[in-house]
Amino acid sequence: MLALLWKDLQIEFRTKETLASLLMLGLLTLLILSFAFDPMSELRGEAAPAVLWVALIFAGVLGINRSFLTERENECLQGVLLCPVDRGSIYLAKVVGNVIFMVTAQLIVGPIFVFFFNLPLSWALARLIPIVLLGLIGFAAVGSLFAAISVRTRAREVMLPLLLLPMVVPVLIGGVKASARVLAGKALGDVSQWLNLLLGFDALFLVVGWLVFEYAVEE
Amino acid sequence: MAAAAIETRGLTRNFGGVPALRGVDFTLAPGEAVALFGPNGAGKSTLLRLCATLLRPSSGSVKIFGADGGSGNPQVRRRTGFLSHQSFLYPDLTPMENLSFYARMFGVADPPHRVHDVIEQVGLVGWANRPVRTLSRGLEQRCALARALLHEPDLLLLDEPFTGLDVNASAILRAVLDTAHRRGAALVMTTHDVAQGLASCRRAVILARGKLVWDGAVASEARDEFERRLLAVMQQPPRAAA
Amino acid sequence: MAMASRWGDWVLGAVAGPTMLAAIYMVFVYVPTDSAQGIVQRIFYFHVPAAIMTFVAFGLVALASAMFLWRGTRFWDRLAHSAAEVGMLFCTLVLVTGPIWARPIWGTWWTWDARLTTTLILWLIYAAYLMLREFAGNADQAARYAAVLGIVGSVDIPIINRAVYWWRTIHPAVLVTREGGSGLGDPRMQATLLVSFVAFAALLFWLLWVRNESARLHDEIERLHQRLIVEHGHSR
Repeated sequence: MLALLWKDLQIEFRTKETLASLLMLGLLTLLILSFAFDPMSELRGEAAPAVLWVALIFAGVLGINRSFLTERENECLQGVLLCPVDRGSIYLAKVVGNVIFMVTAQLIVGPIFVFFFNLPLSWALARLIPIVLLGLIGFAAVGSLFAAISVRTRAREVMLPLLLLPMVVPVLIGGVKASARVLAGKALGDVSQWLNLLLGFDALFLVVGWLVFEYAVEE
Repeated sequence: MAAAAIETRGLTRNFGGVPALRGVDFTLAPGEAVALFGPNGAGKSTLLRLCATLLRPSSGSVKIFGADGGSGNPQVRRRTGFLSHQSFLYPDLTPMENLSFYARMFGVADPPHRVHDVIEQVGLVGWANRPVRTLSRGLEQRCALARALLHEPDLLLLDEPFTGLDVNASAILRAVLDTAHRRGAALVMTTHDVAQGLASCRRAVILARGKLVWDGAVASEARDEFERRLLAVMQQPPRAAA
Repeated sequence: MAMASRWGDWVLGAVAGPTMLAAIYMVFVYVPTDSAQGIVQRIFYFHVPAAIMTFVAFGLVALASAMFLWRGTRFWDRLAHSAAEVGMLFCTLVLVTGPIWARPIWGTWWTWDARLTTTLILWLIYAAYLMLREFAGNADQAARYAAVLGIVGSVDIPIINRAVYWWRTIHPAVLVTREGGSGLGDPRMQATLLVSFVAFAALLFWLLWVRNESARLHDEIERLHQRLIVEHGHSR
């Protein structure tokens, strides 16, 4: 599995395509939503977590899609399927890779988000980190599975959001709710209900994805 | 007695209701080489991919070295090498990186050395550090060949390997096949070129419309007769085989 | 085989037709008007059974999907597909009758309460399922991908329901969101609901049967067509 992960990272170092799209789309979404929600108004406190998560998700959908597009050229996925490796490991490598990419993009988009919305630099921001991380893991868990399917269909770019977005509603709800409370100054203990939701979601779908991936990928 | 390299029984594979292979019974002994002929659409590639475990049978069975070729048995693939029209190489990585990746995936001992050896074997030394995207088709195919041989498989499955190769590359391929044969690897090769096929293999098999219609050894004197037989099969009007 | 098909069609149809007529009669004539909500409340007798049936249908999709991945026979795939189409139909019904009911009672078209929202997401998953089948490369792939979606979707629906429920109840409820059940004192109301429930269940199975048979016949025709091509010449 590590070999798979390393290969994906190598490709990314070389082309930086996925990171670039994640970054750009994240920033653009942030910008557009800022115009929609006016970060200077009083509502910014309420809108901020929503904006953050929408940007994460839109960018994430594209990023995950890309991660499987690289396997399409020269039918590389088949090459990987020829190896004596468990299909589930291929899945996990993809999930980890996607999480790494999304987190890396967030390292830049996140601070910009803070600037745009004039959020005070307090411990609240640090508490956002585990929430975002759990959300991204769940998102990647379902997304990687569906991306493997959607890149093989005719309506490629449209298919993934269509499949993925209804499924990740719990992540969105949990993420936004928890983020909102944390930004309002609450401790992580207060949002334990949402954290448990995210944790449960992540665990469940990592297992389901691991079990079911082979059907998504074989012929 | 060692397990047969390939053993299929009643192997059938449908694609959306259309049968590509119909009840094929085929056995390949370890170290044996066979050339697979037949018209387009006969099911040659399908048979190869079933043996490579890239496909699952619709019914019937396929065993590779005695183990069932389903996805529940990853180790079976360690002994199989597959070469097809698609190179399975990542275009943004160099041959060196591609091969190192596959070496690790196949659990090859001492990957750096082995990768070096194989790059030399296929004559890719000067181009080993440029992205595959920048290589010509011929060079890419050589790299694909290297990929297939990297883990010294005991069973080689090659889908029209000589197609589109220049003289140099053909020579390299033949040399490589000889080495593999001497090592004791079994070989199944599909091809349209009777001469090439019979140069490397003693045994020939003809597939037509998903069924095995001929299977036997072809001595060098019998080559012309075989060609005539093959031509007859190719020109047969499409009717359900008996 | 043809006999069984006809038989199933007639029997199920014979159950669905009259019970549905009975239900309609009861809803519009028999049952008394609800004192609190007025005439509009009658929609409830259609809305609730339809909602239950759409989730039953999805359960069927999930089950058939799992069986298909395990067994691989076309039967399960056809069943999953049919269940998805019929379920989608019922889901649309629920989402249409919901707002019609909500508007006069609560003054809004849409309430974001847990059940309605979950049904909306279910509708989206149904839509994704049907689109996936439409856009996947070939029939085998379409079947397999759809089965994956079916399984993941069914695992997710309970979680979505939980999440949406918590989402609504952490905030003070703007509207009283009990959709019914508080005023079913009158036994005539209970009877009507029961009959309607039976009618919808019968309708579900009848539509399922018809759709499934249609799929089966379609497959049969495909198969015969292929054999014809093989025996009388390739189209190339």
